[in-house]
Amino acid sequence: MTKPRRDRFRKALGVLGPFAGLVLVIAIFSLIPEIQARFLRVANFTSVATQSVIVALGALGMTLVIISGGIDLSAASNIALSSVIAAYAINAGAPPLAAVVLGVLTGAAVGLANGALITRLRLIPFIVTLGMMGIARGAAKWIAGNQKIDAPMTWVNELMARSPRPSWLLVAPGVWGVILLAVLMAVVLRRTVFGRHVFAVGSNESTARLCGIRTGRVKVLIYVTGGLFCGLAGVMEFSRLTVGDPTVAIGLELDIIAAVVIGGGSLSGGEGSILGTMIGVMIMSFLRNGCTMMGWPNYIQEIIIGAIIVVAVTLDRMRHRQE
Amino acid sequence: MTTAPESPLVLRMTGVTKTFGATRALDDVSFELRRGEVRALLGENGAGKSTMMKVLSGALAPDSGTMEIEGCPYAPSGPIDGFRAGLSIVYQELTLAPHMTVEENIMLGREAHAAGWLDRRSMKRKVREALEFVRHPEISAEVPIKKLSVGARQIVEIARALMNRSRILVLDEPTSSLSLEDSLRLFEIVRKLRDQGVAVIYISHFLEEVQKVADSYTVLRDGRNVGSGPMAGTGLEDLIQLMVGRKVDRMFPRVEHGIGETVLDLRELRGTRMAAHVSLTLSRGEILGIAGLIGSGRTELLRSVFGLDGIEGGCLVVSGVETGGGRPWARIDQGFGFLSEDRQGEGLALRMSVADNLALSDFSPYVRAGLLRTGRQRRAVEGWIDKMNIRTAGPDRKVLSLSGGNQQKVALARLLHQQASILLLDEPTRGIDVVSKAQVYEWIGELAREGRAVLFVSSYLPELLGVCDRIAVFHRGVLVDSRPAAEWDEHSLMSAAAVGRVPDGRDAFDKERTAE
Repeated sequence: MTKPRRDRFRKALGVLGPFAGLVLVIAIFSLIPEIQARFLRVANFTSVATQSVIVALGALGMTLVIISGGIDLSAASNIALSSVIAAYAINAGAPPLAAVVLGVLTGAAVGLANGALITRLRLIPFIVTLGMMGIARGAAKWIAGNQKIDAPMTWVNELMARSPRPSWLLVAPGVWGVILLAVLMAVVLRRTVFGRHVFAVGSNESTARLCGIRTGRVKVLIYVTGGLFCGLAGVMEFSRLTVGDPTVAIGLELDIIAAVVIGGGSLSGGEGSILGTMIGVMIMSFLRNGCTMMGWPNYIQEIIIGAIIVVAVTLDRMRHRQE
Repeated sequence: MTTAPESPLVLRMTGVTKTFGATRALDDVSFELRRGEVRALLGENGAGKSTMMKVLSGALAPDSGTMEIEGCPYAPSGPIDGFRAGLSIVYQELTLAPHMTVEENIMLGREAHAAGWLDRRSMKRKVREALEFVRHPEISAEVPIKKLSVGARQIVEIARALMNRSRILVLDEPTSSLSLEDSLRLFEIVRKLRDQGVAVIYISHFLEEVQKVADSYTVLRDGRNVGSGPMAGTGLEDLIQLMVGRKVDRMFPRVEHGIGETVLDLRELRGTRMAAHVSLTLSRGEILGIAGLIGSGRTELLRSVFGLDGIEGGCLVVSGVETGGGRPWARIDQGFGFLSEDRQGEGLALRMSVADNLALSDFSPYVRAGLLRTGRQRRAVEGWIDKMNIRTAGPDRKVLSLSGGNQQKVALARLLHQQASILLLDEPTRGIDVVSKAQVYEWIGELAREGRAVLFVSSYLPELLGVCDRIAVFHRGVLVDSRPAAEWDEHSLMSAAAVGRVPDGRDAFDKERTAE
């Protein structure tokens, strides 16, 4: 191959790689006769979309964190804590809207704590958020009295309803929320100065500092945003479960990170995109969905998703090495 | 001195040449080293010393030329061959594993064992012997390296090198991190090794120290061996003459510029990583050069001024306003711009595009209603690419894909783009080709003509003499002197940088020479 052609091929691989993966996953399951009919139903697609909402919300924030060269291991614990807080508030008689806001703010507060510890104490994000993972999970259990919090049904529980009301919405309001927020975050990342600064901090923090970027402030803002999305995901988790469960979403942070990485995010920072991340989320959701329909046990799904992560990152590395 | 000329040859390099692209890093270099000889290898930065040591160690293969060790042909295919041939190199930057103990480090890769089980007792004995030999028996074999001072680490490094029963020991700037006392001890060790028949190649910028410890010298300049001889009877002046003897060519386009009022006044400034207080002034339209060896405190001064390092004492007066410490973003608001000496590690985000690297310090011209107008940014950057003659396929290309000279132009263009009025340039021409260098000099002149102030740090003396209005010299963290460029020449600069003082009685002579 000539050089410019190879260049174009590589670039296409970066943009289309995850998308091709998604198409491949859907194509494979659509070709299996046993599940073909069920898999290709519109109802199945809307249910996959609804199941993706929580991971997708977490991943929107995580994309920023990972592009900046950081990591947030406390994401899943933060989701559990926020969902417990929202349930607690409704249970205590707060109006549903206030409960939602409170849940989201809880997530943002955890993010603020992460960001402040990382920048003030100059600790690495892995350590700070590993600690926060325990703290937030413990706090959730404490507030919930180590059991599920039952809350009366409100409109909040319809955010994740399988058949939305009004029916012209087609999918749950939560799904529409994710789509809107994804577009918003893509614009923030690509078309605002803050977005450029996120990339710069992840690409080379020394350069960013030297260019007058207030790297500490940028990082705090990134973790607050990450926390905010976890808070939203927590509210959605509560909406789905109709109870506040402090033991929910254990290990979900790894799914969230995996989605970002499959979508082209680099754990060494400086790379990633919202579109890629969303495709990553869908790849994982469709895999789960298809495997479940096939009646394959959980462990098969785990092996497949594990392998996909390795393959996705390997392809990405190969693309970079040739640059 | 003890070396008799007839003691047998240990190392002979003949006609060694090594080129990198168009640069001849080593050009037909021949070199000899005898048993029990301490030979100083001298030369300015970039003269070819490290390339020569890399060829010797086997890390680089020469393009042509031959080497012999004790009469046997020596053509190493990697550092392990050099090691086997009895060659040990103590590098300037330490190569010890910080979490492991002294003993583990010294024995690393040659652990005594029986069937894979470590023989602790025999290792302990060997380490003890090694530490006694280097006259530092007080260093405990059990402590982790990270708990030792830098000086002690250097000693451990040397002890490890000697475990190899080396016939040839290379010390690369061994005293740059040592106290005076430790340096003296090191000289004793070197003499003792010499008396035992080890041949030592001693690389250092500190000429007085070299005179104390070496028996003979070889000077490299522009990749060529320009002189060798016995140290006895050779003066500092002679060595400096050999090191800088290149003729200054006309690659410095002189841009006429007038000097205005003071914009930056450093009053007894001392940064957290600076060794001493520094007072300097810089005026509008002035190019102030800062000379000194690597590690002499020039970079630390610039970093403190720009707020990358903290400030411990004194203050800066910027355009008449007194300020203490300031973060880089605040300095940029005051009109400062900083060019890092570490272009790839710090100066540029290599994986970001040319457009983003260039505009990174100031996106404000392209923002409307909070959104970045990327089309506008691209067009503006295309303008800069034309203006600065940056060779790239387009503003969207990653900086990584550009050559060193073009990368440097991007870094410089950033300062112009942000309209900095006080430019702090740390080695702006390092590692770039001659044509780009000449362009950089012209831009610096243009900047001064526009009334901006430039602090220009460089290790390359001809460019300082050719471009600057005034030159200040640092030696081991202390500002030695600051004078108009016309009152300096390469000799006086080199001796101020390498010895810490300007030779007496030369000043009048210098002035005469520059006048003619």
